Amino acid sequence: MRSKKLALPYAVWMAAFTLVPLILIITNSFQDSSGHFTFDNLYKAWEYREVFLYSLEIALVSTLICLLLAYPMSYMISRMSEKTQSIIIMLITVPMWMNFLLRLLGWVILLQNNGPIDTLLNLIGIDVQLKDNDGAVVLGMVYEYLPFMIMPLHTVMSKIDKSLIEAAQDLGSNGFNVFRKVVFPLSVPGIVSGITMVFVPSASTFLVAQYLGGNKKMIGDIIEQYFKSDQNTGSAIALCLMVVILLFIIITNQFGDEEAVGV
Amino acid sequence: MEQKSIVSLRNINVNFDGEVILNNIDLDIKDKEFITLLGPSGCGKTTTLRIIGGFLEPDSGDVYYDGNRINGTPPNKRNVNTVFQKYALFPHLNVFENVAFGLKLKKLPKAEIKEKVKKMLSIVDLKGYEKRSVSKLSGGQQQRVAIARALVCDPDIILLDEPLGALDLKLRKDMQIELKNIQKMTKKTFVYVTHDQEEALTMSDRVVVMNNGKVEQVGSPIDIYNEPANAFVADFIGEANILNATMIDDYKVRILGTEFECEDAGFGKMKPVDVVIRPEDIEVTTPEEGTISGIVVNSVFKGVHYEMEVKCNNCIILIHSTVSQNVGKKIGMKVTPYNIHIMNKLFPTADNELTVTVTSDNEEENTFSFEIEGNEVTVEGAHFPKDTVLNVTLPPSGISFAGEDEGDLTDVYIESVIWKGEYNEIIVESDERKWIMHSAQDEQVATYAPICFNFRDAKFEIVPPDTEDSDEI
Repeated sequence: MRSKKLALPYAVWMAAFTLVPLILIITNSFQDSSGHFTFDNLYKAWEYREVFLYSLEIALVSTLICLLLAYPMSYMISRMSEKTQSIIIMLITVPMWMNFLLRLLGWVILLQNNGPIDTLLNLIGIDVQLKDNDGAVVLGMVYEYLPFMIMPLHTVMSKIDKSLIEAAQDLGSNGFNVFRKVVFPLSVPGIVSGITMVFVPSASTFLVAQYLGGNKKMIGDIIEQYFKSDQNTGSAIALCLMVVILLFIIITNQFGDEEAVGV
Repeated sequence: MEQKSIVSLRNINVNFDGEVILNNIDLDIKDKEFITLLGPSGCGKTTTLRIIGGFLEPDSGDVYYDGNRINGTPPNKRNVNTVFQKYALFPHLNVFENVAFGLKLKKLPKAEIKEKVKKMLSIVDLKGYEKRSVSKLSGGQQQRVAIARALVCDPDIILLDEPLGALDLKLRKDMQIELKNIQKMTKKTFVYVTHDQEEALTMSDRVVVMNNGKVEQVGSPIDIYNEPANAFVADFIGEANILNATMIDDYKVRILGTEFECEDAGFGKMKPVDVVIRPEDIEVTTPEEGTISGIVVNSVFKGVHYEMEVKCNNCIILIHSTVSQNVGKKIGMKVTPYNIHIMNKLFPTADNELTVTVTSDNEEENTFSFEIEGNEVTVEGAHFPKDTVLNVTLPPSGISFAGEDEGDLTDVYIESVIWKGEYNEIIVESDERKWIMHSAQDEQVATYAPICFNFRDAKFEIVPPDTEDSDEI
């Protein structure tokens, strides 16, 4: 009973700032501006299906790139001495000490025409458009969310008992087989939570595409825009996004459970 | 019949961060024997095992397998399998998959793998457990999966790193017998690491007693128990009375001021030695009949025997006897010569001997100072002029442990602690040399402590400045 009492403040917090807004969003989605039940908002949301797909595509590509970058990196970090590990992990979080918007503006300055990178490339005779394309959006996303992929992967990998790796070697595994038969299966929970932690926020992010994609819009930007004028349509789009993300989480977690029992 | 050696270690040295872990280890492991590496924690036994397994490369020295040098061969290319300390079972695989791990890597046909795993699981008494998750097994069952996983690969050698350490006493005793039976049945060489002397004596064909990265003694359990090579081995294996004694002549030894007959010879005349008498080898007699007598100060019933402490001069002697004696009673004690075992002392001299140069002196206050390993020590009650070279004889009682940050020498390594009936005889190692000291307290070996010196009882002898060596002119 005592533990329940202690949980009360959190329950109140959750109710006030998660549950109630969630209910508001759901009810708003099915109301028009005068409070009557309607499906119109969802129809309006359907008009943005291409933006939806574009957002999911950008999020998937960014998540994949994050995974490809973070996985070998986390593996290498987890094999270093404890002291080096904590230093590197701290360095990885350093960019997060700064505001999201500032980091984004940093990239805008770096990539803009006649910016430092562009100037350098022009010097050696390469003239490309660095900003205002999908590549720049993905770059911004990967930069933004890479730490969220590294953290869970590193946590899981550094918890893999060294003696398991030695046992695998002892039983005849070469380096590749140690990885394939022990390290990889045991790191699946880290992959699952890493993917979730990167995909979910990047699918719903806003401003990145506006700043780096040349005023392109992701679904997050649309929601932001709508909430300024028409909360009902904004809610309906947000609801759709939530459902998609929920489905995605359910699918990835299924995969994780199956692969990594008892970890 | 002389068995051939399957693994030989030659002059193996290992250092970690400037600390010596293994110091010139030489060891031959014979084919199909059950050999145990026994020693306190930090003695280097696990490191030795890891070298045989290929998980660690020695800084110098050679590892031979069946006559071929195998330094640098990785673990997966050695015909050796290990049972790890905490089993190291793969949590994502079930019992069958764990045991089959090595066989699958060998790319054996599926039917054969199934057959072999099944057979091995029945050997370790886990028939029908194939589909169980390893994390749901008890400690003893996990242990047996780990053994099956190693055995099924059919290696020549199985390395076992304290495999029973995590089990409770009853299970441990059962597993000891089971392991020995498995070893006999499978006819494999077992190299077993433990700090439990009873375990070592129960299971092994041969025991290797290790301490401070060195092999102290190799022999059968009976040899190790009855004929320990030195006080460390005697102290570590079983219970023992280890006493200071003097070898008067061949077959005659003086213990606690009384002359005893013994069966050892060749130590020289009037030579200080250590003597071991096992508590069960002391015969209780009437005070008149005994070679030596004492007062019973404590008696505890231990099940099979009574454990009695008998005070004899200032020394406490331990006796195991099936007959209890009343506390306070005077009894006599007799030991047959065969049961008195004489050993060379661990420390070459009875006192600490060092040569120092006086760095400063004060005639008025009758003091002088010199340096020991860069630390200045001041002696009161004696005076020698500056730059005099002195031979100092410091008795063991002149060194004591100091509090944190107070010692003359900080962080000396406690190498051995042997209870000598009235005090602990402790050997410590500083940066440049070893010291012998006495202490009433029990200290933990393989730890560091500060010590301080007291030169009140020390003897000083001036080394004449003109002669090269310190002999008299």
